[in-house]
Amino acid sequence: MNENRLRILVVDDDHSIRRFLRVALTSQGYTVFEAASGADALSDATAYRPDVIILDLGLPDIDGVEVTRLLRQWTHIPIIVLSVRGSESDKIAALDAGADDYLTKPFGVGELLARLRAAFRRATQPISGPVFTSGDLKVDLAGRLVTVADRDVQLTPTEYDLLRALVTHAGKVLTHHQLLREVWGMAYEQEFHILHVNISNLRRKIEPNPARSQFIITEPGVGYRLKTS
Amino acid sequence: MAKNDSRPNPDELLAQVRAEEEKTGRGKLKIFLGYCAGVGKTYAMLEAARQWKGELDVVVAYVETHGRPETEALLEGLEIVPRRRIEYRGVSLQEMDLDAVLARRPQLALVDELAHTNAPDSRHPKRYQDVEELIEAGIDVYTTLNVQHVESLRDVVMQITRIWMRETVPDSVIDKAAEIELVDLPPDELLKRLKEGKVYVPDETTRAVAGFFREGNLFALRELTMRTAAERVDGQMRGYMQIHGIRGPWPATERLLVCISPSPLGTHLVRTARRLAFQLNAEWFALYVETPDDVRLSPEQRDRLMDTLRLAERLGAKTVTVQGDSIAAVVTEYATENNITKVVVGKPQSRWRKLLGTAVVNQIIRRSEHFDVFVATGKEEPLKLKQDKAPTGQVFANWRGYLRGLLIWIVATLLGHAVHGFFSPANIIMIYLLCVVVTAIFCGFGPSILVCIMSVMAWDFFFVSPHLTFAIDDTQYVFAFITLLLVGVTISYLTTRIRQQTEAAQHRESETATLYALSRHLAAVVGLDSTIRTIISGAKKTFGCDAIIFLPDPQNKEVLKPYAENPDVIIGENEVAAAIWSFRHQKVVGYGTDTLPNAKARYLPLSTARGDVGVMALLVTSAANLFTIQQTRLLEAYADLAAVAIERTQFAEKARSAEILEASEKLETALLNSISHDLRTPLVSVIGVLSSLQENELGLDDEGRRNLIQVAREEADRLNHLIANLLDVTRIEAGAMKVSRGPSDLKDVIGVALEHISSHSSNRPIDVDVSSELPFVSADFALIVQVLVNVLDNALKYSPAGSPVEIGGRQVGQLVEITVADRGVGIAPEELPRIFDKFYRVRRPDNVAGTGLGLAICKGIIEAHGGHIAAENRPGGGTTIRFTLPVAKMIPEERGQKYERE
Repeated sequence: MNENRLRILVVDDDHSIRRFLRVALTSQGYTVFEAASGADALSDATAYRPDVIILDLGLPDIDGVEVTRLLRQWTHIPIIVLSVRGSESDKIAALDAGADDYLTKPFGVGELLARLRAAFRRATQPISGPVFTSGDLKVDLAGRLVTVADRDVQLTPTEYDLLRALVTHAGKVLTHHQLLREVWGMAYEQEFHILHVNISNLRRKIEPNPARSQFIITEPGVGYRLKTS
Repeated sequence: MAKNDSRPNPDELLAQVRAEEEKTGRGKLKIFLGYCAGVGKTYAMLEAARQWKGELDVVVAYVETHGRPETEALLEGLEIVPRRRIEYRGVSLQEMDLDAVLARRPQLALVDELAHTNAPDSRHPKRYQDVEELIEAGIDVYTTLNVQHVESLRDVVMQITRIWMRETVPDSVIDKAAEIELVDLPPDELLKRLKEGKVYVPDETTRAVAGFFREGNLFALRELTMRTAAERVDGQMRGYMQIHGIRGPWPATERLLVCISPSPLGTHLVRTARRLAFQLNAEWFALYVETPDDVRLSPEQRDRLMDTLRLAERLGAKTVTVQGDSIAAVVTEYATENNITKVVVGKPQSRWRKLLGTAVVNQIIRRSEHFDVFVATGKEEPLKLKQDKAPTGQVFANWRGYLRGLLIWIVATLLGHAVHGFFSPANIIMIYLLCVVVTAIFCGFGPSILVCIMSVMAWDFFFVSPHLTFAIDDTQYVFAFITLLLVGVTISYLTTRIRQQTEAAQHRESETATLYALSRHLAAVVGLDSTIRTIISGAKKTFGCDAIIFLPDPQNKEVLKPYAENPDVIIGENEVAAAIWSFRHQKVVGYGTDTLPNAKARYLPLSTARGDVGVMALLVTSAANLFTIQQTRLLEAYADLAAVAIERTQFAEKARSAEILEASEKLETALLNSISHDLRTPLVSVIGVLSSLQENELGLDDEGRRNLIQVAREEADRLNHLIANLLDVTRIEAGAMKVSRGPSDLKDVIGVALEHISSHSSNRPIDVDVSSELPFVSADFALIVQVLVNVLDNALKYSPAGSPVEIGGRQVGQLVEITVADRGVGIAPEELPRIFDKFYRVRRPDNVAGTGLGLAICKGIIEAHGGHIAAENRPGGGTTIRFTLPVAKMIPEERGQKYERE
């Protein structure tokens, strides 16, 4: 399937942003549909069957987080939410509701295209092989083996679980809640400190320079993401 | 100045102009004046009103037809305002509904019987006061009046009819009437109608109906009525001529002064003066001289004095109370100073004084140089019920004084007896003189006179030979007797007088002291609330009653807002309504006055030369303490003082708020200038670049175009940064910044911040010295990243390229301290505390770009975390920014370290 024939639904109530996105994305060969409200977004998502949805969180009728939740009831179409700075809680809510990624306005087109491609790739090509590679980091999920620059790394079971969770969703932002739920279980959803401590330990073991992380990227106030090469 | 100048007097002209002006804003009063009931006043009034029907909005506010069909017929087709019904002691009374008429606002209202007395609990005790209010509201009024109800004619009418009229209308009201129409009917025709039963006979004349409707009476009353109307016409004519500059035989302006006293003749004197003043067309004054003797006035005398003064005021006099020792001296002085041309005094009542020529009248006549003196005869008013009991009462009241006087006299006699052997009788006189002085000082005038006489007798009896008889050997002692008596009496008189003066002085002194204390307190307080509190507590101390201050609402001047200190004071609708009335009409109302006399409080308008301030209400607890002349004067002075104080506070507050406004306006202008400059500058580049790319007239190559785009991109980023900062500052200031705290790893924070910095700053060496054992801090991760980014950004901007920036972190007790140090030029010590201020930028010659918001935001964020941020100069050059954050609480747990949830 040709990546550049992708169909994208842009949901934003601001006309000029829609216009800018249409020009930028169409020039890249994407097919663009536009919706100006949450209700339109929900009906257009069924009508046009887009491959990716770019969804603004501040919609006039239905809250963007709610739109995400409603979409996720029937589809796994990748959703990239747009939000403004200072509304971390909205981002977290959208990600927890099932959004795949977020972008903070204002953003560059380059960044948007990278996120689009990543989201689409994740959706169409789930981790194929049992081995994940990013730079010097190599994670063999089948053999529970982690190496950095061909050097074996000894991880505790929790650290390994954490790394596996990140690897499974490589490139995607995982919120604190999502990581805690996946690694420790529902009961630990609020225990951020355990997560931070384990991330810190994990970094010390796999990062060449723990002060400047290469692999595990902190999304301030939101969560973590494993960088793909 | 030529007094007999024929030109119109400017004062008089001014008064006329004012009267004209007043007439335009106010309604006009027309009085239908008759000499007796039954002459057809109501009929005439209704007929006159009917002529206006269709042209003017006419309503019948109150008309009494007494069931006469021809009068009732005239009412047809006229709108009638329903009357107010009042249940009073089981009797249903009907009154004019003043508020309904005011609300209806007709152009002309018909109100019968101007002299009527309203039912108790009405707003005003008298109907003419209702009418005055209608006129003030701009409504024209037609009303009816019988001549015997004119206040100044009351005793003339009494002489004619032998009936003392209780319901009267003050001449000041009648004087204000724009028109008086005489309703006349020949007496024989009236008598005929009376016989036919066509005349309604009012209650108060029923008793004497036979005597009243005698032909002689009717003729006299008719003449009186016509004369009154003629005087009015004369007055109007003169007024017209003066206004229009018509020359005529102008009399010199007369000014008349009537001297009043607490005597029962006071009211008679005032009426006489009023008649005289009217005939002379004179301005007139009623003067009361308050002497030290006044302390001895009985409550009845005080009341009578107040009544007399009030009557004078109602009759149109200016009332004045002046203090002084000698009545005659004060009167003369006042008259001379005020260009009084005629002085009216009462005939002396004391025969002795008349004989001795020491009566006030004689003294005034002796001193009069510039004015004529009229002496009015005294005639007791027939309705006077209470006899003046004061003198006898006082004699008995002072029996202790007499007893003490006797004791002193006995002691003196015993002392005389003891020294009798050594001293001559002439020296023993000295002992008795001493005894008289002591008695006069401590026991008063009466006892000292008694002691004086008894001393003469005792001296004769015991010490002048032959002893123990009243006989005398030597006739020269007769001279000694007389001298002793005279000297004794004189001393008694003088001493008593001094004592009274001292008492009066003390009284005045205490008044002055009260006012002085209040003014001192008021000068010291700041703020409206404390001023009002001081006024209220001062009133409580001085008058012994609770006070309420009413001030107009700053938003709505029509509404008065009450301020009371005592929470027990209940401020009901009635109180507020009374206060509003007092405020609007600028009149003292409430208890003890003519308006709303049934109210629980007395309402004094507070006003200064610049305007009306509010109203002070004094809740009456015991009637006695409020309304003597002294208290009234004190009350008025107090109200003046309170008004000035409140006004001063209001001015001060206005000035202060104006100052604050000005300062904040200045600041806002500065901010606006700075922000608009900072916002516009990036846009200039962005728009410039975009337009040049759009038009592509510059013939740019790819390289040039890329450069231009780079510039636009950087400027747009700068603009984005500025807006983000502005939003942050706004959030912090509005307290709307959300801080979601959690355990945060500072190493991670620093990592993220460095990542951010490196993305848009050249590779500057940044040394991080943070222990791996550093505990987590309790903070909002994203906000702390922002703080660090801002601080690092500043450090990089304000230090030379290539110089290192150091980041340090260490634990200090329950805090973690983070430092960011550079090797820049440092900050001047006086600027150090200010660099965290909003929009503050360190003055630098190299003109580094910035918004002056970064550090202010850092301060806001750190303080929201309960931390502290400060700047200091580094030894060896450069600046260190230091901030603290609380350590996150930590509990050991099986799966590694566990931090308590925040």
